[in-house]
Amino acid sequence: MNKIALIIQREYLVRVKKKSFLLTTILVPLIIIAFYATMIAIGMSNNTDASKIAVIDQANLFNGHVEKATDDASQYIFITDEAPETVKTKYKSMGYDFFLYIPHLDINKDAANIELFSQSPISIAQKGQIEKMVNKAIELKRLQSANISPEQYQSIHSDISIENKIVNGKEEKKNVAGVAFGVSFACGMLIYIIMIIYGMMVMRGVMEEKINRIAEVIVSSVKPFQLMMGKIIGIGAVGITQFAIWIVLIIGLQYALPLFIPSFDPHMMQQHGQVPMAGGNAGMWANMAVGLHSIHWGLILFCFVFYFLGGYLLYASLFAAVGSVVSEDQQEAQQMVFPIMMPIILAFVIMSKAVSAPNSPIAIFGSLFPLTSPVVMMGRIMYDVPVTQLIASMVLLVLGFVFFAWLTGKIYRTGILLYGKKVTWKEMIKWAFRKS
Amino acid sequence: MNRLEVNHLKKYYATQKAVDDISFSLAPGSVFGLLGPNGAGKTTLIRMITGILFPDEGTIDFDGKKFSPEQQVAEIGYMPEERGLYKKMKIGDQAIYLAQLKGLSKAEATERVKRWFIKFEMQSWWNKKVEDLSKGMGQKLQFVTTVLHDPKLIILDEPFSGLDPVNSNLIKEEIYQLAKKGSSIIFSTHRMEQVEEICDHIILVNKGQKILDGSVTGVKQEFKENIFALDLSSIPDNINAPSFEVIRKENNQLIITIREGFKSNDVLQYFLNQQAIINSFHEVLPSLNDIFIKLVHGTPLARQFQTVTA
Repeated sequence: MNKIALIIQREYLVRVKKKSFLLTTILVPLIIIAFYATMIAIGMSNNTDASKIAVIDQANLFNGHVEKATDDASQYIFITDEAPETVKTKYKSMGYDFFLYIPHLDINKDAANIELFSQSPISIAQKGQIEKMVNKAIELKRLQSANISPEQYQSIHSDISIENKIVNGKEEKKNVAGVAFGVSFACGMLIYIIMIIYGMMVMRGVMEEKINRIAEVIVSSVKPFQLMMGKIIGIGAVGITQFAIWIVLIIGLQYALPLFIPSFDPHMMQQHGQVPMAGGNAGMWANMAVGLHSIHWGLILFCFVFYFLGGYLLYASLFAAVGSVVSEDQQEAQQMVFPIMMPIILAFVIMSKAVSAPNSPIAIFGSLFPLTSPVVMMGRIMYDVPVTQLIASMVLLVLGFVFFAWLTGKIYRTGILLYGKKVTWKEMIKWAFRKS
Repeated sequence: MNRLEVNHLKKYYATQKAVDDISFSLAPGSVFGLLGPNGAGKTTLIRMITGILFPDEGTIDFDGKKFSPEQQVAEIGYMPEERGLYKKMKIGDQAIYLAQLKGLSKAEATERVKRWFIKFEMQSWWNKKVEDLSKGMGQKLQFVTTVLHDPKLIILDEPFSGLDPVNSNLIKEEIYQLAKKGSSIIFSTHRMEQVEEICDHIILVNKGQKILDGSVTGVKQEFKENIFALDLSSIPDNINAPSFEVIRKENNQLIITIREGFKSNDVLQYFLNQQAIINSFHEVLPSLNDIFIKLVHGTPLARQFQTVTA
């Protein structure tokens, strides 16, 4: 219909042309990224805490030389001409931050009498670094005493991770449980957030029309149902636009970010494999990459778009109905919205279960029931949902939308012209099932 | 053929008979006053005519054919009592949008909006938002959006509220022009002096029922009370005539009522015999305001809720 197109156009342009649209669209991801960047920066700055450490190595673990990690900026200085007792009392005045004392020890027993002296409690990272360094030195000494060269040791040392391969007749693919979990959860979460944010936007739009009394003018030109659907589709288009901008921004930033923070680049990390606190870092990144490759991105993307649209349309019509019965009062709106929020929250709860138990009865039910399926199905989609279930879920969602659009259209038609009266749910249900 | 023919229209709500069997007809080019106290059912009646509500019973014919809201949308312009415009939308865009919803093409709508804006000296408002307008300015804009698509039936609910006399006259003049071009106008208001000035036909609605229907002059004739005004150069000291009774004296004017069995000529004869100089003599018709109060008087100010068995 031509008139629906006009309404969609207005709803879309009025929102997209607003200054606040551009602001939120660009600022929100920037704030998120700035937040993560700050966190990463803080995390990294910890490791560059350069301290000067006095070492008395009576066991001669280091042979007077520390082979330290590149990310360890600390300076180790060996002291040979002073007694431990004197250094212990005056290392601070000698210009050192800490004093590491390694007494004579039997390298074949676990040494418990190595001591590190400091003025105040030492940080975990620093302690870990020193421990790692000492352990490495002891290991080396033990290898030497057993007559094993470091090369031999490398060939003996085992560090495995088990690969989960899925065989479903057609092809064999590698699966990485963590990645599937993460992507599923993220998709479900995203749909959940979308339904709430844009549903609320529809509700506010309807309330605005009602409170401004423009609704009466418009419905003398178009059918109330056209007005409602026009608004829902228009705002949906705003949502899609916003997402498109975000995706472009995220992709752009992924390429731009490594230029500013070199160590943020996963490839660099892989090459050096020297990122703090993550021994098997290179392996993790490789795993992740494999995991990401193993995902059916086409299917995910299709389902995401389908459930995004279906879920949004269904809930937006419910939000529109609520908006139409509320008059003036924000608080009233919150009360009326609660019954709609319940199934969304329920969907989220089922989804968080479905990502770890994708074939449990509750997950299957949740992914078929139209009020919860958009969120729950996205939580299951990574785990090869049977095609029949997927199709059933989609058909039910479409039917659900048609049903709710018809129902809420009737509530909307009555509600939008009713002023000054508080509408109860009982009345709304009566309107919904009344013959026109 | 009548522009609008409303037959036995009924709309019952759970607690009220909002419109209870109302019939009337409206000729092309006439200005029709829909009067009634608050809550009489005017808004419900108007909403049924604009197709916003469906009547429970009764029919509405438009230009001789059964009224269908979808097809006749473009023929009707409705200005509700509560002004409704998008606050955040630019005025020019808004007027064009509303005209497009009535079925005009974008180019046509733009051209007409420009013409009306020039006529009403609103050109400088084009890029302003509605929230920046005063109440009266908003009123003018609303009027423009109501009549922009040249509707055959224009329904105006309190169109002059919040307008200064200059702008009131501007709108009044437009209403006359539109009626002259053949549009029928339904004009709903409580302001009786405006009705007397503008309307040629009125109906009075109270408690959902029509209690008065007729032309403005006809209604006044119907409710006249035999009261006359007489202007004299000087009023004689003693007035004692069998033919009339003096209601009050005002400077050189006498307000009198003629007794049963006498005619106005008897009154004039009396003053001629008194050698009084008569400047003018005319009948005083009741104002619509008086008629309104008289008819509605005695009914409670606000409608009470009642249970409807239907």
